Amino acid sequence: MKKSFYRGGSVIAGALLAMGLATGASAATDLMVYTAVEAEDLKKYAARFNEDHPDININWVRDSTGIVTAKLLAEKANPRADIVWGLAATSLLLMKGEGMLEPYAPAGLDALDPKFRDKSSPPSWTGMDAWVAAICVNTVEADKNNLPMPSSWQDLTKPVYKGHIAMPNPNSSGTGFLDVSSWLQLFGEEGGWAFMDKLHQNIGHYTHSGSKPCKQAARGEVAIGVSFAFRGAKSKASGAPLEVIIPSEGIGWDMEATAIIKGTKNLDAAKTLADWSVSEKANKMYNEGYAVIGIQSLAKPVEHFPNNIPESMIDNDFEWAASNRKRILAEWQKRYDSKSEPKS
Amino acid sequence: MAAAEVQVRDKASPLKAKSSSDDKLMRLFILVIGAYLVVALAMPLYVMLSKSVLNSDGGFVGLSNYFAYFKTPSLVYSIKNSLFVGLVTTVITVSIAFVLAYGFTRSRMPGKPIFKTIAMIPILVPSLLPGIALIYLFGRQGIINWALFGHEIYGPIGIIISEVFFTLPHALIIIITALSIADARLYEAATALRASSTRIFFTVTLPGVRYGLISAGFVVFTLAVTDFGAPKVIGGDFNVLATDIYKQVIGQQNFEMGAVVSVVLLIPAALAFFVDRLVQKKQIALLSSRAVALEPKPSRRFDNGMLAYALVVSFFILGILGMCQFAALFKFFPYNLSLGLSNYQFDLMDGGGWDSYFNSIEMASYTAVFGTLIVFYGAYLVEKGKGLGVIRGAFQFLAMLPMAVPGLVLGLAYIFFFNMPSNPLNVLYHTMAILVISTITHFYTVSHLTATTALKQMDAQFESVAASLKQPFYRTFLRVTVPVCTPAILDISIYLFVNAMTTVSAVVFLYSPHTTLASVAVLNMDDAGDIAPAAAMGMMIFYTAASVKILHYFLSRGIEAKTQAWRRSIEN
Repeated sequence: MKKSFYRGGSVIAGALLAMGLATGASAATDLMVYTAVEAEDLKKYAARFNEDHPDININWVRDSTGIVTAKLLAEKANPRADIVWGLAATSLLLMKGEGMLEPYAPAGLDALDPKFRDKSSPPSWTGMDAWVAAICVNTVEADKNNLPMPSSWQDLTKPVYKGHIAMPNPNSSGTGFLDVSSWLQLFGEEGGWAFMDKLHQNIGHYTHSGSKPCKQAARGEVAIGVSFAFRGAKSKASGAPLEVIIPSEGIGWDMEATAIIKGTKNLDAAKTLADWSVSEKANKMYNEGYAVIGIQSLAKPVEHFPNNIPESMIDNDFEWAASNRKRILAEWQKRYDSKSEPKS
Repeated sequence: MAAAEVQVRDKASPLKAKSSSDDKLMRLFILVIGAYLVVALAMPLYVMLSKSVLNSDGGFVGLSNYFAYFKTPSLVYSIKNSLFVGLVTTVITVSIAFVLAYGFTRSRMPGKPIFKTIAMIPILVPSLLPGIALIYLFGRQGIINWALFGHEIYGPIGIIISEVFFTLPHALIIIITALSIADARLYEAATALRASSTRIFFTVTLPGVRYGLISAGFVVFTLAVTDFGAPKVIGGDFNVLATDIYKQVIGQQNFEMGAVVSVVLLIPAALAFFVDRLVQKKQIALLSSRAVALEPKPSRRFDNGMLAYALVVSFFILGILGMCQFAALFKFFPYNLSLGLSNYQFDLMDGGGWDSYFNSIEMASYTAVFGTLIVFYGAYLVEKGKGLGVIRGAFQFLAMLPMAVPGLVLGLAYIFFFNMPSNPLNVLYHTMAILVISTITHFYTVSHLTATTALKQMDAQFESVAASLKQPFYRTFLRVTVPVCTPAILDISIYLFVNAMTTVSAVVFLYSPHTTLASVAVLNMDDAGDIAPAAAMGMMIFYTAASVKILHYFLSRGIEAKTQAWRRSIEN
């Protein structure tokens, strides 16, 4: 009796351990790829890559930009990712600062637009496509509330829009920070905050995610969402009464980028994927969803995307944005985040 | 039971001296399960919370993070907001639950089992779901948004309604229990003294359940303050502590400040917990062994009133649930209200597709099986074990701790602890096992309390008799304790299963490509603005949890018929 009881205990322990180990093994090289690429595109990305490299099996860890970045940084002591394919360059800059990236010059690097690579040589990361800020306007709701169509950022501060605008909170969302840092670069430090003071008067609510304002505009939950163009185009394609507007002053942007994690046990496979991620084939694939890509000469217009995106993109200073991030976020929090007291 | 006892006697050999190895073995088991709690709870929490006194490079900085925190007005507002939401939710939920429980225990209203079942529904859905339903009902495009008279659902109103929905069953269970143990003799005496029914209510009924009410209040308060699903979905700009952790950790990757907010959030929750413990002790002392069960007398007006009330509460719960189901079926709310299944194409959405749904079922099953084993055996050792008093006390404390720990904090703590290169347990990282362990730990407290309560009902003489018959303790455990406690064991396993299906906050940091979960998919889809598919997956979770619950009902009736016959013979 006593014996069998001990055995019972070890069976439990063994089962727990087996549960842990069973998920590991497979024949081809398994590559742990962390990403924030839109979920609907993941299967396509892996399939196209496997057309050329069937021996490398991609295991996606996909989440929103914030969670993936937090996860990567929390795992810093013992990295689990082999490579990052499709995460904001600003996040990768952060990781580069922490010494977490393996510098590598992928084959075909020279074809990339110089904007789309880390300035160090060899670069720590290479860009894939740009995701650009945009305003999503719900035409049905705009008509209902007699809202004129805005054409610039400054338009959004007009009293007529009071309560009709949603934007992401830069303290929770990378897109939100991209907006704020671009306004500071466009209008200057003082002008930028003055603009946001006025904009704040019109904001109905801030959201925790960058795509949400546009999706809310698509559902008519707000009339106007400050978001990014890709999301607007997708929602428009699925039948939402949306107009995607590129403000005349210019737009902030960030890029999705690729970087190898330092210490990966699958360095060769990771390099293969890094090479492929800057290839012409990959760039054409990015172009199916994004108007601005790493090799811009290959780009074709994307349906539902405004045409004037490339020339509207500001000369975004990522290093400045990264090194001033803490200060900007603290200032934003002080000005706008402390006003939300119980109203009822 | 009788059969078991006979068997015990048969095999006993009266001449063999009782070996002290029995005690040793028992102590060993206490240490093993205690070690589980230390590894799965105490050490990860320590690693996480110690970050609040470190800077981002890991150097010790004393309390300077706390000073920085209290100098940031927006963060301090969150404390106020959290307290506000917690207190208002507590008052509303406990009031609603009290009247409902009163109807269930003191009236002869018809349909009690149906209304009780409906009132338990919120336990079966992820806490994000009521928020989603409220957006469809009261948002800008809401079907009945006029009902808010121009108020905004995004913010405290939305959070509080969601939390009331989410916490109602928890309060109800506690208050029903408190009201059920009334002593009929007190009421007879009061009536004989010609006290009016109002006076009886205030001098007999309320004092009798005051500890139950306080206890329910603290449970509701803790749940409302630590929940992060509702404020995230429908909180708008209204900052609370739980979303502040999210902003610090996810938005800014500031783990140190996230740890500070976690500690701040632990304070009200821990306080609530300790007061509750004190109260619980008094409640036990109140009970008299000579109490006579109270049988409600029929009264048409009162019974109908209670029926009407139960109908209103059920309408609220079913309304929210039904709205979610419609939200999942509308093709493109509010512009195309034709119905279809397009929102069920989870493979095109965030969160791992249909795989995640099946992973969730797998994870929940493991959690139910292993969790019940660990929790019940742990409670048994604490309750019936001898010696090692200090360790058993520490065990008891650790078992109570998870109630006060927000899931986000636990999840991050697991990354930091289980992914340390020097930790041999890091093989568990990114596996199904770590999801199971974190979920068992996250829901340890209530399971442990259920087990302890069941074990307390068992007379300690079973152990003394077995010991005098020179039986090793594990034989008594397997032959007597487990069969007697089968209902509680089933309750624990279903509680763990259901919560493993719906939990989000801890596992969001721990899943891997092979172990995506349905509840996390709901969070991710809502986060991306895909609110209709989020509702669809949320309802899948509900249907699964509900079916398992129904299965559990029939299973436990079958098992009870076999193992619990002795209870009926005593009652008759």
